[in-house]
Amino acid sequence: MRRIVSIVALGLVLASCSSNLPQSSLNPKSVEAQKIDGLWILVFSIATVIFFAVQIALIVSIVRWRRRPGDDSEPKQTHGNTRLEIVWTIIPAVILAVIAVPTLRTLFELRAPATGDVLRVKVTGHQWWWEFEYPDIVGPDGRPLITANELHIPAGRTTELEMTSADVIHSFWVPPLAGKRDLVPGLTTYIKITPLESAAGEVIPGQCAEYCWLGHADMRVKVHVDAPDDFETWAAGQLEPAPVPTTGAAVGGFETFSGVCATCHQANVRQPDGTVETIGTAIGPDLTHFASRDTFGAGILENTAEHLAAWIDDPSALKPMAPELNDLDRGRVLGMPDYGLDPDQIAELVELLESWK
Amino acid sequence: MAVATREQAPAAADRGLWSWITTVDHKRIGIMYAVAAFIFFLIGGFEALLIRTQLAQPNGTVLSAEAYNQIFTMHGLTMVFAVIMPIAAAFQNYFVPLQIGARDVAFPRINAFAFWLFFFSALFLYTSFLFGGAPDGAWVGYAPLSTQLTEYVRMDYYSVGAQLLGVASLAGSINFIATIFTMRAPGMSLMRMPVFVWMTVVTSFLLILSLPVIGVGLWQMLFDRNFGTLFYAAQAQGDPLLWQHLFWIFGHPEVYVLILPAMGIVSEILPVMSRKPLFGYAFVVFSGIAIGFLGFGVWAHHMFTAGLGPVAEAGFGLATMLIAIPTGVKIFNWIGTTWGGRLKLTTPMLFSLGFISMFVIGGLSGVTHSIVPADTQQHDSYYIVAHFHYVLFGGAVLGYMAGAYYWFPKWTGKMLSETIGKWHFWITLIGFNLTFAPQHILGLDGMPRRTYRYDAGLGWDGWNMMSTIGSYLIAVGVLVFIWNIIRSWRNGEPAGNDPWDGRTLEWTTSSPPPVHNFDEVPVVHHVDDFWYRKYGVDEEGRAVKMPEVSGGALTVDTDSGGEDADGDAHDIHMPSPSYFPIIASLGVVTIGAGLVFISSGAIGFALLALGAIVSLWGFMGWAGEPITKEAH
Amino acid sequence: MVSEGAVVDHDFEDTGNPIHRVRKTAMWAFLGSEAFFFGAMISTFLLYRNTIGDGPGADIFNIPFTSASSFVLLMSSLTMVLADNSFQKGDQRQGRVWLIGTALLGTTFLAGQIFEFTEFVHEGLTISTSPFGSSFYMLTGFHGLHVAVGVLLLSMLVFFSLRGRYSPDSGMNVELVALYWHFVDIVWIVIFTVVYLLQI
Repeated sequence: MRRIVSIVALGLVLASCSSNLPQSSLNPKSVEAQKIDGLWILVFSIATVIFFAVQIALIVSIVRWRRRPGDDSEPKQTHGNTRLEIVWTIIPAVILAVIAVPTLRTLFELRAPATGDVLRVKVTGHQWWWEFEYPDIVGPDGRPLITANELHIPAGRTTELEMTSADVIHSFWVPPLAGKRDLVPGLTTYIKITPLESAAGEVIPGQCAEYCWLGHADMRVKVHVDAPDDFETWAAGQLEPAPVPTTGAAVGGFETFSGVCATCHQANVRQPDGTVETIGTAIGPDLTHFASRDTFGAGILENTAEHLAAWIDDPSALKPMAPELNDLDRGRVLGMPDYGLDPDQIAELVELLESWK
Repeated sequence: MAVATREQAPAAADRGLWSWITTVDHKRIGIMYAVAAFIFFLIGGFEALLIRTQLAQPNGTVLSAEAYNQIFTMHGLTMVFAVIMPIAAAFQNYFVPLQIGARDVAFPRINAFAFWLFFFSALFLYTSFLFGGAPDGAWVGYAPLSTQLTEYVRMDYYSVGAQLLGVASLAGSINFIATIFTMRAPGMSLMRMPVFVWMTVVTSFLLILSLPVIGVGLWQMLFDRNFGTLFYAAQAQGDPLLWQHLFWIFGHPEVYVLILPAMGIVSEILPVMSRKPLFGYAFVVFSGIAIGFLGFGVWAHHMFTAGLGPVAEAGFGLATMLIAIPTGVKIFNWIGTTWGGRLKLTTPMLFSLGFISMFVIGGLSGVTHSIVPADTQQHDSYYIVAHFHYVLFGGAVLGYMAGAYYWFPKWTGKMLSETIGKWHFWITLIGFNLTFAPQHILGLDGMPRRTYRYDAGLGWDGWNMMSTIGSYLIAVGVLVFIWNIIRSWRNGEPAGNDPWDGRTLEWTTSSPPPVHNFDEVPVVHHVDDFWYRKYGVDEEGRAVKMPEVSGGALTVDTDSGGEDADGDAHDIHMPSPSYFPIIASLGVVTIGAGLVFISSGAIGFALLALGAIVSLWGFMGWAGEPITKEAH
Repeated sequence: MVSEGAVVDHDFEDTGNPIHRVRKTAMWAFLGSEAFFFGAMISTFLLYRNTIGDGPGADIFNIPFTSASSFVLLMSSLTMVLADNSFQKGDQRQGRVWLIGTALLGTTFLAGQIFEFTEFVHEGLTISTSPFGSSFYMLTGFHGLHVAVGVLLLSMLVFFSLRGRYSPDSGMNVELVALYWHFVDIVWIVIFTVVYLLQI
């Protein structure tokens, strides 16, 4: 009996530990996710025992007490057995009490505010992308590090996400790193993540887990767990302004960017004369270091020149959105419109954005 | 007068469409609930197949995101409000009066009104596909997504449609409460009622106390969308979580509303097929009541990721664990019922045993949700989808299938084919497990629900394909069931009054029963009264068939026609048919349509006015019409 | 288990059930449902009690005025009891007077509510001002609607009685309407306490 249980449990754990399940909750890569996983394995094991006990009792009863052909005898008319019934009321109660203790302990541990050397990241959910701001990592111009859809966090150190939403409810879920937590407009929620040292260098996928309409399935997130040094390097690079180009096709691209893209996107740029300024409006993702991201469109497209050109040409063809319903006065943004740029403009823009590493 | 009624009573059994439209007979209304629920089951099932076809492979292209959203929302709304609730209502309508020895429900016309309101509201919800699009905010309709897009009437359909279905269900529940508390046959004390009747009491109370709460939420949604109120407007400090509270204070008891009648049915079938009484009748009844009570105290376990704070989460987690105890009691008592019996493995018994087996799985996965930290991984993932389908399909649907096989003979006088029935059972059971067992793994492996596509490379492809194949197998099972119904209806074996050697009062009357149910109202002395009219016990406690002497034998032989029944049927005044309930319900649904289009100007107001006039006609006519015309 | 004895004692001679008991049971079930309906709206109001945005808050309530109109509604419960009493004694003539009195008191209350709403709107509180405004108008508005339905039912009773078509056995009788009316009154006492008097 026990052997069956352990074989099944082991099988399930093994099946999910294989590396081809990058988004699995059974494959924890943070201290917090490990705690949840430990609790899950405990409860799953107990449930497995109960499962087999009850199913076997049922099957035994069916096989043993089934009416055999030609047997017309009648069974004994038992109406119940109070002692037995009290026993099988109390046993589940005891089992649940046993489970309740580690449940509550883990719950309060996970929900306690992070202490010590904590990296804070403000997360804002948008239909249908993620905005990340590192309020404690500030450039010389006073502008904090802002990025989108790809979160970088250091391994071995606790990051606390402070989350809210700009529109409807979203939910941040990167199963190997933490349980999910909703992003509710008007409310701040928190997640603690302390990635294992061994996870350094991994890119862990996750996605929005609260239905948020058209782009819900395509609202994905990638978490880069960096070795502490790599994280510092990355952060320093992100704080650098993007250069305003002076030569090549990118010059035209910057014109289009300032005239069209800046309606909704921001970039922190350094003019040829050395002045640093932030241009544009922060409605869509910040594009200062667009080319440093592996993917775009909230994780659905690999960041290549071809993909980017196709996206600028007709965003809704690649990801279902409803830009025709955008209503900026009411703060409602439902995707990037097709601005009808001509191929040359698109090529120049791609040149510009792919140069902003 | 007696003569007039004598002609009246049998004449009410007229055939023809008009007689069904105007019927107030609880048995005909029960059948109409069943037929309507089955039609919506086919529609909801078709939607499920579309969903599974889209998800069979990564980045499926069968449905657009827009279509997918409407279809999964309608699948949920349909299965909950237009399939499982009404199929429960079908059994309750038909069998509660028969099981308590009553001639009808307390308010036959309210009963008809409740049915028509349900039916037209569900149809109305489906007209949304033609006029402006179907609801696409998921069956939970979370704010502020549900109030975000006022350009579409989709979520107005949701708000009004759910409201109307709620009113229909409320009317039905009040009716059952009045019927069960005041119209039981002499001697049938509460603790002599069949468990199915008890579960009807519990679900009726759950409904009358939970529906008004979501009613308030649905009004608030409608007002926010159309009249500029700020209940869920975060930018004005409105609280989107308010909706979740109101929804789940209804939504969790609703889960028990869906499953408890099925538990009641199984509690009827197991003793009959095991040929011994329900093990621990009082324990089963009280655990049903306990589940009902606790069901009101656990709603926030649907909100463990919403940021309620650890203290509230701990409290709701513990309360959720508590529910496992009475649920476990029921399962153990059912197994106890079979233990030591002589199990007749008929189709209704197979479905009942399947119910127990599958419900154990759904129950255990339910316990894992009460482990709050673990739930933050499971919530809104396919693990949840798997869990509640094990409860609602593996539990409720198998339970209602058991009921269909068990009671079909009483409805029609014919047996459903056992051979085809067994094929139906095994195909359904295998298809069901093939569909939903892999979804547990998908959820744990990180696949969120309500997503219309997913990428390859996440390890989800194989499980999704398996799930899709399983869903087609379920569809095959449904076809087998339809074939069984058609075949057996035409030339099934005649059932007789008591084909299963039953224990409860519905088996004392003819199949199908006469309009007035019983020529003589039975007098009840025991739980399972009918059994004790047939069987005694010997010294060793075994059942012994008694010679047919007692009052039971009299009623068993009742002729179904009623015309030439000797004596007693003459003075029975059954309520007269009435077309006012259907008119009133049409009027109310038209008012609902007006509310949906209230922001579209003239058309909305025209529909409101028309609806008001029609409702007024229906209700005034109803108020002015005597219950039994000839009696006054 | 009161009902247990009652059922055993049942006289099933005719089609058999004392219709009054059936209807009263149903009415109680309905009122139980209504209690949860108002409970949910009162909870919403409590949640938004102080969420007033830039608009006015609970300080715009005119407590003396609303106390007076509450008193009027309370008195209508008294006249309703008297009406029920008269009808039970079979004195429909006297009963009608009390019914009309009850309906008039109810109408007075409604007029007071309309006046109050108008004042508030002038002072800048509408359903779109703040969640406080939304929940205040929804709660008191739905209560007012219940009073209006009650007045309608009372008028219909008077009408049926005048035409000689009233019998205690008819679907809508004084006893049931009285139950409904008292319930609506009690709900108002709760609303008045929670919304107007309680200063949190």
